[in-house]
Amino acid sequence: MSIVTVQLGQCGNQIGHELFSALCRDSRGTHGLCSNNENQSYQDSCKERFFCEEESAVPAARAVLVDMEPKVISQALSMAASSGHWRYSSHSHFCQKQGSGNNWANGYCVHGPRHKEAIMELVQREAERCDRLGGFLTIMSMAGGTGSGLGAFVTQCLRDAFPTSFILNHVIWPYGTGEVIVQNYNSVLTLSHLYHSSDALLVHENDVIHKICAQLLNIKQISFRDVNQVIAHQLGSVFQPAHLPCAVSLSDMSSCGFLLSGDLLESLVPHPEFRMLGLRNIPQMAESSLPYSTFSWPGLLRQMLIANAQMEEGIDWQVRPPQAGSCIPCTNKALHFNTSIANLLILRGKDVHSVELGSFQDPSLYTSWLNPQDAFTAWKTPRAFNKYEKSAALVSNSQFLLKPLDSIVGKAWNMFASKAYLHQYTKFGIQEEDFLDCFTTLEQVISSYTNL
Amino acid sequence: MTQSVVVQVGQCGNQVGCRFWDLALREHAAVNKKGIYDEALSSFFRNVDTRSGDTGPDIYRGKICSLKARALLIDMEEGVVNEILQGPLRDVFDSKQLITDVSGSGNNWAVGHKIYGCQYRENIVEKLRKTAEHCDCLQCFFIIHSMGGGTGSGLGTFVLNLLEEEFPEVYRFVTSVYPSGEDDVITSPYNSVLAMKELNEHADCVLPIENESLFEIVNKIHQMINSGKLGSTVKQNSLVTSSAGSAKTLPEKPFDAMNNIVANLLLNLTSSARFEGSLNMDLNEISMNLVPFPRLHYLVSSLTPLYTLADVNVPSRRLDQMFSDAFSRDHQLIRADPKHSLYLACALLVRGNVQVSDLRRNIERLKPSLHFVSWNQEGWKTGLCSVPPVGHSHSLLALANNTCVKPTFIELKDRFMKLYKKKAHLHHYLQIDGMEQSCFSEAVSSLSDLIEEYNELDATKGGPRIDASRLKIAV
Repeated sequence: MSIVTVQLGQCGNQIGHELFSALCRDSRGTHGLCSNNENQSYQDSCKERFFCEEESAVPAARAVLVDMEPKVISQALSMAASSGHWRYSSHSHFCQKQGSGNNWANGYCVHGPRHKEAIMELVQREAERCDRLGGFLTIMSMAGGTGSGLGAFVTQCLRDAFPTSFILNHVIWPYGTGEVIVQNYNSVLTLSHLYHSSDALLVHENDVIHKICAQLLNIKQISFRDVNQVIAHQLGSVFQPAHLPCAVSLSDMSSCGFLLSGDLLESLVPHPEFRMLGLRNIPQMAESSLPYSTFSWPGLLRQMLIANAQMEEGIDWQVRPPQAGSCIPCTNKALHFNTSIANLLILRGKDVHSVELGSFQDPSLYTSWLNPQDAFTAWKTPRAFNKYEKSAALVSNSQFLLKPLDSIVGKAWNMFASKAYLHQYTKFGIQEEDFLDCFTTLEQVISSYTNL
Repeated sequence: MTQSVVVQVGQCGNQVGCRFWDLALREHAAVNKKGIYDEALSSFFRNVDTRSGDTGPDIYRGKICSLKARALLIDMEEGVVNEILQGPLRDVFDSKQLITDVSGSGNNWAVGHKIYGCQYRENIVEKLRKTAEHCDCLQCFFIIHSMGGGTGSGLGTFVLNLLEEEFPEVYRFVTSVYPSGEDDVITSPYNSVLAMKELNEHADCVLPIENESLFEIVNKIHQMINSGKLGSTVKQNSLVTSSAGSAKTLPEKPFDAMNNIVANLLLNLTSSARFEGSLNMDLNEISMNLVPFPRLHYLVSSLTPLYTLADVNVPSRRLDQMFSDAFSRDHQLIRADPKHSLYLACALLVRGNVQVSDLRRNIERLKPSLHFVSWNQEGWKTGLCSVPPVGHSHSLLALANNTCVKPTFIELKDRFMKLYKKKAHLHHYLQIDGMEQSCFSEAVSSLSDLIEEYNELDATKGGPRIDASRLKIAV
């Protein structure tokens, strides 16, 4: 099953490029201790999902690049081409001359309708190249104008044109202390619109990734490239193939775990009101330290469980060998967990099959109207990911985004109450009533998550 | 990529404009090693095949043949424009891009706006259309002028009006040089206030500049160099006031150093639109983020660093110093202290080898000492452009929408009222066809309203932060 990725705006295109690079690199990289057959199926599966094999030997990413100004796309195209291992198809991009000016209304009301045909034609062409189309992944930030506004419009178009395919929106949340002054308006408009047309929103917050770069990877002068590479690594750890619990081998495609499959998204998003998914990935450390580290599953998973609970300063992220005689805590109430709706755990690497996962099914982690057995899924593959001997990724639908969401809506509301910047939006067709509708949608989402 | 057109009006406008084109060529020459006409160059320059004379066809790619500035030079006296056309930049300007007259505007806004405006309207529109036709995607007009005289002020604002009428979708950024208190033009307050009304109503963004501030910056640099402490190690071409390395070989004129600062301001403002970076900031984004209410579009600017030392090793402390300086009183291009007034919004455009973590660290560090309006507490717009200016490894342009412009406007109004109360020199204006007393009263009223808007915002400063109560959802 294949996915078509739509990269929108500067952020979307920069991350998209890092994602394909990471997938390609992992696919060609060391496979740890799994068998050659396993590895072969892994590589084939990855290739079919994300790349299109062409006679010219270098695989082409199944991607459509969209931006309202040309600089970023041309960079992405040339960087991919110079890698020698993969590339973007030569006619899969669409750009204009003048950007969206960080204006959601410009992206949604003006650029969207104006360029709908051209963009959808590119998507259609990419979709037709897939033997079996699984769905769509869109990558965008919600702070700017193109990724957010045009992205919301394109998502709606995808939903209309492909009613049975899955749409996963990968959304980047901007730094709290601003990259764009009107980012909170743009975010509110984006999230409320996506909630109506998307299947699920997979969220990455810049602040969080920045901390990973600073504290775990020890990068001194963090650039957006560093941030994007961490994001690509996390996405890769979730998108690369892994077994479903009952599967015997990866070559059995129908039983291959895949985030963009109907079944999985149904179990992660059982209720339309709860669509936001977060990602945790362990371990994350500087590449230079990798050869000197060994991990144990209990240690990793204990961190994962605690990390699932809260992502605050006090939590110790260091991966340490387990103390002798320690055991995984069985009641977690004292740690103030975020209540979950559903969790998906993906384990990769050495000794995966012997891992004890009981603590992830503790009822206290989950909301009362769900059965932990249904709410928790685990996939495993002995194939190592991106040079980590063992790694774990957790996709979680829980209250973890509640605080950031509430903060964004609060700031946007304050600005809205003073009517600041509204003339910039009304100029392009978004009126005060439209804003009010969006606020209402999001307050509803906040309320639902709060009452879990 | 988009194009921008520069309209330079009047003596000041043309002198600053001239410096701008000179430094723009210098900047592109430093970056564009292969002599290929690229997108970055096309934002301000056309590439013309001059084998068939000045009116040759445009060449859109390939080697640079002859670069022509996307500019319109307007002056009602011939002196300044003639000098430009005889100087080293003569080939950069198309002979058709000029509109001149002989007698000047006599430091009278009404002469510039009403008489010359009327007289040259068609000519100006035609020439603007021509320059626009040469653009693939015209994004912005930059007007450069002074407020205190007659041509720049009167005819300049007439052109502003025209641009809004004829090209409503194109942004209008105006760089206005405001007269200082000791200005030797007696009627400069009249001219400035009459022009202000036009700026209030028809400009998208205004970057006010005061000669005094430029003068102080120039002095500061001279002192630095002559003090001997750092003199020998300052890279000459890095001075924000310098023309070093540019086409100009004549001895520097007195205003050149000051005008270079303004030219650098424009170069930095457009750098992210021309060159790549990890977080692009285009001109339409500047307008979107920094103008919360239509009339509050006056942006205080500062450029740092003013020079670079020749030693290549740049510790991050120096980088942080660059950020601190951007908010200091001495580096602003008008006499204002943004730190002690209220910020409505702030933009930081960084060029060179600076990453997002440096930006974040400095914002965190400086934020506590700045006052932001209650509904925009984290109101920062940031941009990262990879290409630094000539002679620097990194630089910062800070644009602030801050109530610290208020004193400038209040002073202007006071000086205006001093003259107006006594009706001094009024007859020079009223005798012009189309001018009436109401023009004056409307203009000062417009200025008063603007000042009042800033007052209202200032009143909220330092008060308790009251968050608007949120929507309640029925559970």
